[in-house]
Amino acid sequence: MQSLALKSQPVRSQPFKFPALRSLALKGGFWLLILAIVLFSVFPFYYAVLTSLKGGPSLFEINYFPQDWDFTNYVSIFKEQPFGRNILNSVLVAVAVVSLALFLGVTAAYALGRVQFRGRTTLLLTVLAVSMFPQVAVLSGMFELIRFLGIYNNLLGLILANTVLTLPFTVWVLTTFMRELPKELEESAVVDGATPWVIITKIFMPLMWPALVTTGLLAFIAAWNEFLFALTFTLSNEQRTVPVAIALISGASEFELPWGNIMAASVLVTVPVIVLVLIFQRKIVAGLTAGAVKG
Amino acid sequence: MAQQSELTLSRVRSAWFFLTPMLIAIALVAGWPLLRTIFLGFTDANLSDLSGYSFIGIENYIYYEDGEWYGLIADPTWWRSVWNTFFFTIVSVTLETGLGLIIALTLNAQFPGRGLLRAAILIPWAIPTIVSAKMWSWMLHDQFGVLNDIFLGIGVISQPIAWTADPQLSMWAVIMVDVWKTTPFMALLILAGLQMLPSDCYEAAKVDGVHPVKVFFKVTLPLVKPAIMVAVIFRALDALRIFDLIYVLTSNSEDTMSMSVYARQQLVDFQDVGYGSAASTLLFMIIAVLTVLYIVGGRVKLGD
Repeated sequence: MQSLALKSQPVRSQPFKFPALRSLALKGGFWLLILAIVLFSVFPFYYAVLTSLKGGPSLFEINYFPQDWDFTNYVSIFKEQPFGRNILNSVLVAVAVVSLALFLGVTAAYALGRVQFRGRTTLLLTVLAVSMFPQVAVLSGMFELIRFLGIYNNLLGLILANTVLTLPFTVWVLTTFMRELPKELEESAVVDGATPWVIITKIFMPLMWPALVTTGLLAFIAAWNEFLFALTFTLSNEQRTVPVAIALISGASEFELPWGNIMAASVLVTVPVIVLVLIFQRKIVAGLTAGAVKG
Repeated sequence: MAQQSELTLSRVRSAWFFLTPMLIAIALVAGWPLLRTIFLGFTDANLSDLSGYSFIGIENYIYYEDGEWYGLIADPTWWRSVWNTFFFTIVSVTLETGLGLIIALTLNAQFPGRGLLRAAILIPWAIPTIVSAKMWSWMLHDQFGVLNDIFLGIGVISQPIAWTADPQLSMWAVIMVDVWKTTPFMALLILAGLQMLPSDCYEAAKVDGVHPVKVFFKVTLPLVKPAIMVAVIFRALDALRIFDLIYVLTSNSEDTMSMSVYARQQLVDFQDVGYGSAASTLLFMIIAVLTVLYIVGGRVKLGD
């Protein structure tokens, strides 16, 4: 035993003479590292909350702890611009895009995940390729399509455009989940004469709920955050989604941005997403890894 | 036997039936617009009147007139944006992988409060890109920014810095914000890889008394490499198409302009749909070629 312990800690590479001191230093370093990671992750958002609660001239004094609890910024974003409308727009677009992607995704994932047919791998790789598309590559073609359909500066246009972001990803992740469901379930249903539609809705759907929640949430976040299409395909303030509205908040001049308002709007649209992510954090990690590592 | 194949046949038929709506949707929102973009790149289409264009061949890409070359290939601003995009991608993905690996190894250790740490690192990932760009532009503000205050306080700098306006620094500011925002993604993907590693190698190494640093380089890193490779390709493809962060943080400044920002500026701000489409097409080609090279060269297994 003794010789083993000695062997595992060669004297030459040991920075400290006493093992106890060394382990204390290691432990201290480890907790310092954790503290650094937490500060690095949380401080910017903490500072945004701090700024959003400042009114008037105190905005330009730098504090690290809350001084006053002034909610005027939160009131003024709704008074000075249609921010309530922008939030509603974002919710409508995201919900529509997610429902569409999930509906088309589940049926497609059944075919791609459970049925062997020629061209399946090619199809899967095409779907993956589309999910890696640079958005700009479809921008002018999409603009033309949206103008042609008469849905420019309209939420329908954004729903159409955002489908390119969410659908391929949804299909890909759901296929990964679908593939792992036990084969016996489906076989016994087939023997009982169930049609594929019944198999999907009655047998797979109940098992797929966790996967649907995860995928839906990730698709929701993608649609909620989308900026390029929303910026390009809307014109009036009333049709804008939240990210565009925040990006375009402006003051009297370019050099007098109302930072208090911007921070209040930012905090307001971020808190629900953070809450959702923290509630579903385990599922989200599972979804992300299904989409990338295992894929 | 005959019945079996009958069954298989009907399954394949219903598979195609279920696939059709998805395929139509993808063709409508991805395939058709992409083809139109490539086509419009060979025309002089204008944003104000999209239907009245004429075919001009490769003039958007390159043409020669009165002893001078014109077009995308001859535009130094385009090449500047290509360089910016690659510089941004390589630096930020490298930093994110390094930091992500450190965070993943930390999260992989057993300690009280591990769940809280994981929750904390998810916050930057959950914040919309536009919001994080705005938050950081406030923190990076040259007069009232908290970052200058901190750095002045600890004596790293002697006078306030205009992070986003200084041409030497603005790209680094963009990289800093991107690293902050996407390191969690990297960390979580690498962590998932770490958690799938078999524990017996580690026990064997422990029994043999191998130094932990050596274990990391000889056992952990080679085993987790496939997960890292996939995470890197996803991140790199995402970084190559970056638009929103740069657009909000530094606007249309040439010092940080990415390929996507360049293409959109031509398309929307200058209304030159033909030229902008040509730039988009070139961007698409560059990304496609790089992806194929990476998958073939790195032997990454993406399919089943």
